[in-house]
Formats: sequence, C-alpha cells, structure tokens
Amino acid sequence: MMLQITNLHATVADKPILKGLNLTLNAGEIHAIMGPNGAGKSTLGYVLSGRPGYEVTEGSVTFNGEDLLGMEPHERAAAGLFLGFQYPVEIPGVSNVQFLREALNAQRQHRGEAPLSGAEFLKVAREQAGALGMDMDMLKRPVNVGFSGGEKKRNEMVQMGIIDPCLAILDETDSGLDIDALRVVGDGINRIMRKPDKTVLLITHYQRLLDYVKPDFVHVLADGRITRTGGPELALELEREGYRELAA
Amino acid sequence: MTMATTLPTRRDEAWRYSDIAAVEAAWPLPAAEAIVVPAGGNFARTIVQDEGRIHQLDIAIGKGATAVLHVLNIGGAYGRVELNVTLHEGADFKLGAVQIAGGPQNLEIVTTVTHAEPGATSSQIVRSVLAGTATGTYLGKVAVARDAQQTDSEQSVKAMLLDRSATANAKPELEIYADDVKCAHGCAIGELDPMGLFYLQARGLAPADAKKLMLQAFVAGVFEGAADEDMLIDAALTKLGDLV
Repeated sequence: MMLQITNLHATVADKPILKGLNLTLNAGEIHAIMGPNGAGKSTLGYVLSGRPGYEVTEGSVTFNGEDLLGMEPHERAAAGLFLGFQYPVEIPGVSNVQFLREALNAQRQHRGEAPLSGAEFLKVAREQAGALGMDMDMLKRPVNVGFSGGEKKRNEMVQMGIIDPCLAILDETDSGLDIDALRVVGDGINRIMRKPDKTVLLITHYQRLLDYVKPDFVHVLADGRITRTGGPELALELEREGYRELAA
Repeated sequence: MTMATTLPTRRDEAWRYSDIAAVEAAWPLPAAEAIVVPAGGNFARTIVQDEGRIHQLDIAIGKGATAVLHVLNIGGAYGRVELNVTLHEGADFKLGAVQIAGGPQNLEIVTTVTHAEPGATSSQIVRSVLAGTATGTYLGKVAVARDAQQTDSEQSVKAMLLDRSATANAKPELEIYADDVKCAHGCAIGELDPMGLFYLQARGLAPADAKKLMLQAFVAGVFEGAADEDMLIDAALTKLGDLV
C-alpha cells in the first residue's frame, strides 16, 4: 500500500481536529474525501504534508513503508508527496520557473538523481504548461502574484505535472474554477496521476469534480474521523441527501 | 549634514544607534570624500562595505546631472555608509542599498538629501535583512529648500527580521520648505511569511533554501541596472546564505 493512516489524532492551536482517522490508499487508486465545513479535511492535508502548527498527538502514517510523520515537509516532497493547496500562496519577486526548477532539483538531489539543466527543465515546464493551457509568460512571472483564483489552481496542476509525484493530495482544487477550467484541471489530474503506480486523494465539497476525475473510493469525513466509505455512488448520494444524514 | 568634528555621542541624532566605541576606535575620521558632478554629468558608484568601515561621501549634483549609488553594507562588527547629497536644478539622485547583518553586527546607512533648487528628483530604496542580535539602521532625511519647487522625492525602506532578537531602526524624515513638491516615503518592518515558507518547502526546498529564495526576492531589484549587478547579487546571496 502507498499510504496507511492509523488512528490519527491531530490538534491545531491545542484544539483537537482529527480524532482517530483511519485510511488506506493503494497505488493506482483515486480516493475522494468529502465532508462538511470544519470536519478536518484541510487539516488532514496539512498534517500529511507537515505544516508547522499542525500537531500529531496520536497515531501513525506510513508512506511507501516509511514513517511519514518523522519527515520534514521538503523530505515528504522528495519522497513523492504533493499537496495541491486550497489557497496557493503568492510569493512576490520569486519567478515560478526559478522556484520550480530549484524545487525539482532539490527533490532530485535528495533522491540521488542528477539535476535537470535549465534547458531540460524548460522543456518539461513548457510541456506541462501547454497541456494545462497556461502561457509560458505566466510561468515566468512571480509565483501566483496577480493570478486569478482559477489561474492559481491551474498553476498548482502545472507544478504537479513538473514535479510528477506518486501521491497527490489535492485540497479543494476545484474551488474557484469555472466549468471550462474545471474540465482542464480534471483532465490534468487524470493525465498526470491516473497511473498504476500513483495515488490521488481528492479533498472536495462537491460532486462536480468527480464527474471529471472518477474516484474509486469516496469517504465521508465528519468530526475528525472517516464515518463512511463507498464507491462513486456515495458522492451522488451525498449531493442528494446532504452531509447531515450520512455523516452521523 | 555637517560631518562631525568632535567625537559624536548617541545624543547626536545621526549617531543615535551607532557603535560609539567602534567610532571612537576609528577616530579621527578622514575627511568625507567630496564628489562634484558637473552640470549635465552622469556619476555612478558602487560601495561594498565588507570590512567594518565608515564611508562618508559628500555629493553635489549639478544642474541636470545624475548620480546613481548602489550600496551593499554587509561586513564588520560596525559598518556605516553616510551620504550627504545636494541636488541642484533638475538633478537626479538614485540610491539602491541593501544591508545584511547577522550575529552582533551593527550596520547603518545614514543619508541627507537636500533638494536645493527646483525640479530635482531623488529616489532611495533601502532593504535590510537582520538576523541574530544584529542591528540595522536607516536614517534618511530629505530636505527641500524654499525655492525647490517641483521636487519629486521618494524613499522606500523595508527591513526583514529573521530572528526576534534582531533590531531594525528606520527613520525616513522630511523637512519641506517649498509648497509645490511630491515627497513620498514608505517604511515596513516584517518577518518572512510563514505560509510562503511552507509552500516552498512543500514543493521540495529545504528550510534554509526556502528562506534564501524569499530573501533573494526581497533584495532583488535594488541593484537592477547597476554596472556591477551580478557581483552585488552574488555577494548579497553569499551573505544571506551565512544567515539562514
């Protein structure tokens, strides 16, 4: 299995958010986590990627057999974990291209691989930007500065394509997207991540992304735990019935 | 600003944050370097203060002339760059300065820019990065004489504190006797955005590299267009690398 979360408890500013969460993700699977506001969906993404201030108080997470929680955020990235941010951060003065090349080469170095040259990197970047309909000029601009909500999410997908992780945790990647952008982003997720050796954890409020990225499993996260697991039909049921009925 | 003829004390505004013991050790200071840019002339100078020295420059910029200074203040226990600039009619002065200090360093940039005649422009950009128990100071006075109408002056001062134990002093100051002028100043002291740092780390950069990249962005641009731009950026990055 790729990711095994066992009895995970986590707090933010001493407030318990995750309260005994269990989840197993295998290679080749796409999982969706749905749930009401405040259930702990984003917290799960941040805990798995190691954001400071998100304290694990109990439980364990293994990622490809390694203790994920013992790693620094950049080590988790190098091990193949990618977090698509709900609110991608603006970093004035740092160009996307420079940042991504440094990030990718830092990961490669960590894994004992040779760094990509400027030309090699630009080739990969151009391919990924093109596939997601993003202008190369935007990729040369400072990270996310002046990007619309939709452009930021598209940029997350370009980054995912360039970094090519084995596990993507995508936190509300569908929010802020219009119908056309949703299709582009959905296609991107399928193209980059729907592979036998890769896994996706989609965190979402809505069914609509799941029309484009068909999940193998749908989980309901409520009050810090997975309360229900099913197939794609569970997402439709949630859309119809609301969380209140099903979360309990 | 008149250059001190007696040993200054911390009661002197221009030496308020200085390391007086270090000043005393260097006393008496040699006369300030006098630079006269003739009418219509262009002057450019790069100052890298990397050995704990006190630099004092008096610059008179003639009618329609320009002067561009780039300053990188990084070295020694105490380092000071002091500029006393006088602008004549239609002259232009630009300062791009970066100071980077760590450990117990005390570095300062002190400027007095006097718009003596009409229509002159001045722009000062100062960025400080301070770590450890370092102190970084910018005291910048812009004085506009009574007939110096249509003066256009700008000061942009920002400091980044890498540790809570570091100190930034910033004092942009205006003294205006004319009534038709544009004088802008902005000043900000802050810390690196923790969410930005996490974002960079989540993409694979080690913490020190993430900080360095953000600091590089903070100081980049100050040296844009300098003849020694690459050298200045390399020296700044090396110093930043020592601090993160």
